[in-house]
Order: sequence, then C-alpha cells, then structure tokens
Amino acid sequence: MTARRFWRRSGATGWALTAPATLAVIGFLIVPIAAVIAGTFMDPRGAFAPYIAYFNSGFRTTVLFRTLQISAFTTIISLIFGFMTAYVVSRAPGKLKSLLIVAAVFPLLTGVVVRAFAWLIILGRNGILNQTLLSLGIVNEPLEMLYTQGAVVVGMVYLFVPLMVLSLVGVLENIPKDVLQASSSLGASPMATFWQVLLPLAVPGLIVGAVLVFTGSFTAYATPQLLGGERQTVLATLLQQRAMVSFDWVGASTIATIMTVITISIVLAMSHIARRINPMAT
Amino acid sequence: MSDRPHPVLIGIAALVYLFLMLPLVIVVGAALSDTTYLTFPPQGLSLRWFQNIFEISAFRRTIVTSLQIALLGTLIALLIGIPAAYALNRFRIELPKWLGTLFVLPILVPEIVFGFALLKSLTVGTGAPIFLSLLIGHTLIVLPYVVRVISASLASFDFSIEEAAISLGSAPVKTFFTIVLPNVRAGVIAAFILAFITSLNDVSVSLFLTGPGISTLPIQILAHVEQFFDPTVASVSVLLMFLTVAVMAIVERTLGLTFLAK
Repeated sequence: MTARRFWRRSGATGWALTAPATLAVIGFLIVPIAAVIAGTFMDPRGAFAPYIAYFNSGFRTTVLFRTLQISAFTTIISLIFGFMTAYVVSRAPGKLKSLLIVAAVFPLLTGVVVRAFAWLIILGRNGILNQTLLSLGIVNEPLEMLYTQGAVVVGMVYLFVPLMVLSLVGVLENIPKDVLQASSSLGASPMATFWQVLLPLAVPGLIVGAVLVFTGSFTAYATPQLLGGERQTVLATLLQQRAMVSFDWVGASTIATIMTVITISIVLAMSHIARRINPMAT
Repeated sequence: MSDRPHPVLIGIAALVYLFLMLPLVIVVGAALSDTTYLTFPPQGLSLRWFQNIFEISAFRRTIVTSLQIALLGTLIALLIGIPAAYALNRFRIELPKWLGTLFVLPILVPEIVFGFALLKSLTVGTGAPIFLSLLIGHTLIVLPYVVRVISASLASFDFSIEEAAISLGSAPVKTFFTIVLPNVRAGVIAAFILAFITSLNDVSVSLFLTGPGISTLPIQILAHVEQFFDPTVASVSVLLMFLTVAVMAIVERTLGLTFLAK
C-alpha cells in the first residue's frame, strides 16, 4: 500500500524533486538580479536618477544604439545566409546532409574566444587579409579593418550563422513534404513554391532564430571586446568596464537593467507573435 | 523533394561553409607556425607553441581550473536537474507550468548580467570564495541544458512501465534507477556533454567571478591576447578544438550526430 500512497502524494513528491533546482535558480539567479535591478531605483539622487544620467550621456546612448545596430545587422545577415544554407542542407542527400550538419555543429561547440581570435588573425593590420590584398596589389597600404563596426558584425555573424542554419534545418524538415508536392503538382513553379508556400511556413522558425541571434549578439562580450576594442564599445563591454575598472556599481547596474529589460521584452514579444502567426500550430 | 535547389543557392551555401571552416583552418595553421608572430600559411612547422602552453604557468593553472569547474558544475547540475526534469514530466498535471520556464531562465537572462549580479551579491555581498562563486555560476548556466535535454528524452518515455514496476512491488527509488534512468541514458550523456562544453567555453559569467589567482582558460586567453600576439593562443585554441572533436566522436558513437541538430 505504500506504493499507492506514494502516487497519491504525487503533488508533494513533484515539488520535492524540483525543490533543489528551483531554490538554486531563485537564490542564485532571481534574487541577485532582482537586487541589481532594485538597487538602481533606490538611488539617493531619486528613483530614476541613474537612468536620467544614462540617457543624458551622449557616449552611453551612442553605445546603446551601436549595440542595437550591430545586433540588427548581425540578425539580418545571419537570417538571409542562414536560411539559404539551411534550405540547401535540408534538401541534401542523406550522407552529405549529416556531414553538413556536423560541419555546422563543430564551430558552434568551439568557444567564442577561439572564434573571435580567428578573426583577429584574419583582420589584423598585419593579418592574412591585408597580406593577401597587399601581395595582390589591390591596396597599397594595409587597411584598418580591426576595431570597426564591420569587424564586430563579421565576428558576430560568424558566431551565429551555424546556430541559425541548425535551427532552420529543423524547421524546414518539419514542414510536411506533401504540402510542397501539392504546390508543385498543382502547377506552381519552384520559385512560387518557395516564396508562397515554403517561406510563409518557415516564418515562425525564422522569428525564433532571429530572436536567438538578436539577443545573443545584443549581450555578447568576447567578440566585441576582441574585434571592436574601445572604439566599438557595446553594452556588454561597457558593463564590464563600469563594474571591474571604474567600480561604478550604480552605472553597471543601470546597464545590466537596461540589457535585461530589452532582452526579456524581445523574447516575450516575439514568442507571442510567433505563436499567433504559426499556421501549423502544434 | 527530389528536385535540386537552384545552383546559385548551392553556390551561396558552399561559400557560407567556406566562411565557417576557413577561420578554424587558419587558427590550426597559425598554431603550427615556427615564427614568433601569428601568420598563415605557417612558415616552418613546429609544435613549440604547444609546448609553450604548458610552460606558461597561468595556462597550466587555468586549464586545470576550467576542467574542474566544468566537471563539478555539470555533475551538480545533473544532480539537481535530473530530478527536476523527471518531476516536470512525471507530474506534468500537478506542477504549475511556470516551473518549466523557471529552469530556462539562466539562458533567458543575459549571461553577462547574471555574472555581474552574482559578483555583486555572492562574491562581494557574502565574501564567498572565488572557486565557489565560479562553481555556482557555472552550475546555473548549464542547468537549462540539463533540464531541457533530459526532459526531451523523458517526454518519449512511457511512464506506465514505471507504474507497472511499482505496482509489482518495486520500491519507487529503485524503480527510478533501474527502469527510468537506463531508458533516458542517451539524454543524460547528451546533457552531460552539452553542459561540459558550455561551461568550458563560458566567458560572460566567468569574467566577473574570476579573481586573483583563480581564473578560467577562456578568460586567460582573453588576457593573453590583449598583451601578446604570438601563436600560443592559436595552440590553446587547437587544443580546445581537439577536445571538441573528441567529444563529438563520443556523441557520434553513442547517439549519432544528427541528435545535436534537434
């Protein structure tokens, strides 16, 4: 009979089993972050003083807009190339397809520092790209490519394209093949099938991928730090400087709050939209 | 679906793959170069920069710390994550839905914000030792992977098998270890590997939690790159890639690699 009583108390058992993980997340994640956010509203200068100071600073608003801009470029470029690549991968024959998936997983499992470092070797003043351009006589003196917004965007696209490809391959493979066959057997050209059937069905997946890439690049640290330096300061590098170099805890907390609010709003808004427009909701 | 994609699309996909692979090839080439500066193609082949990794004590120390933190953090995450994933599936009706979302929070909030928050409340707030703070931070960032991957495995597990065992007199705890866990073995292995690699590569959380004397490998690499431009970092990178290849080989052996794409 003990077994049956065990199941009857199932509610309690469930709570007990999730308790350690729940307490860990509440105690070490929610409470510390809530404390950071609350701290910014308890400033002696007034409740919103840190935010007024933030948005009154030309430098800091520039950093916010630069971060948004870099994330937007990264997202758009990753979406376009990720989708085209995922489309080709999803139609590749079996063996080749698994090889292509492995080739996308591998960079994803390689650390962000290593991947940013690779671009440091390529884009540097004496880097491979400059050496090649010089030896081919295309330029007369080395180009300054590092520490530009372009360098950061390239590094970020490199970071996120594999993620986009992998998540879109999953999306494209979940689209029932009958739907596409129906479209072509009813006379639609391959292009029409692509634009009018495949793409609309992939939109929810594209949104999820875009959110992943946007929030990922919005909060990335290592890539902008190595490829952008001080000249391309973004929110994450500014947060690190404020906290670890200037010991400006209120300033750092303000940046942390702005990052959290923007990230969570985007995730919530987009997941809401993706759910509403999903034509094949499961 | 037998019709091939447009040749232009195939060409673009090929270029994207070239873009993905070439930088990694360049890092490997630079690591093998005999020069004191970073260059590609390598000029003269040598393994001396690999030897150099182990001669720099900061690298030796941080490699050990990184492996310790990744292993311990992953094990603790499995210890608290497996029961949570089990309960979320077994007691789906009894438990509220937000509980599932709670365990995803560590990857939903920006990692860098989480690192800063832990520094403020744990390291500075309570004076916790650096190693402990790092361990807690890493445990939390890998917890979502553990819970999600194992939940996915449990979702296809037929709980009536477990009930059958229990109604035939097997103790619930024993049933979990002899019936449930062996059935989701693949998920546990995948969760372990994903968590281990995530922890090993982490920058944003470690950035705030490392301190005097204790650092992790990625943070040490960042510091080294900002001072020196020699092939040592390229060699460390290759070492990390080797580790990744080894791990992928294990996954391939146990689960098949397409598992990772799901």
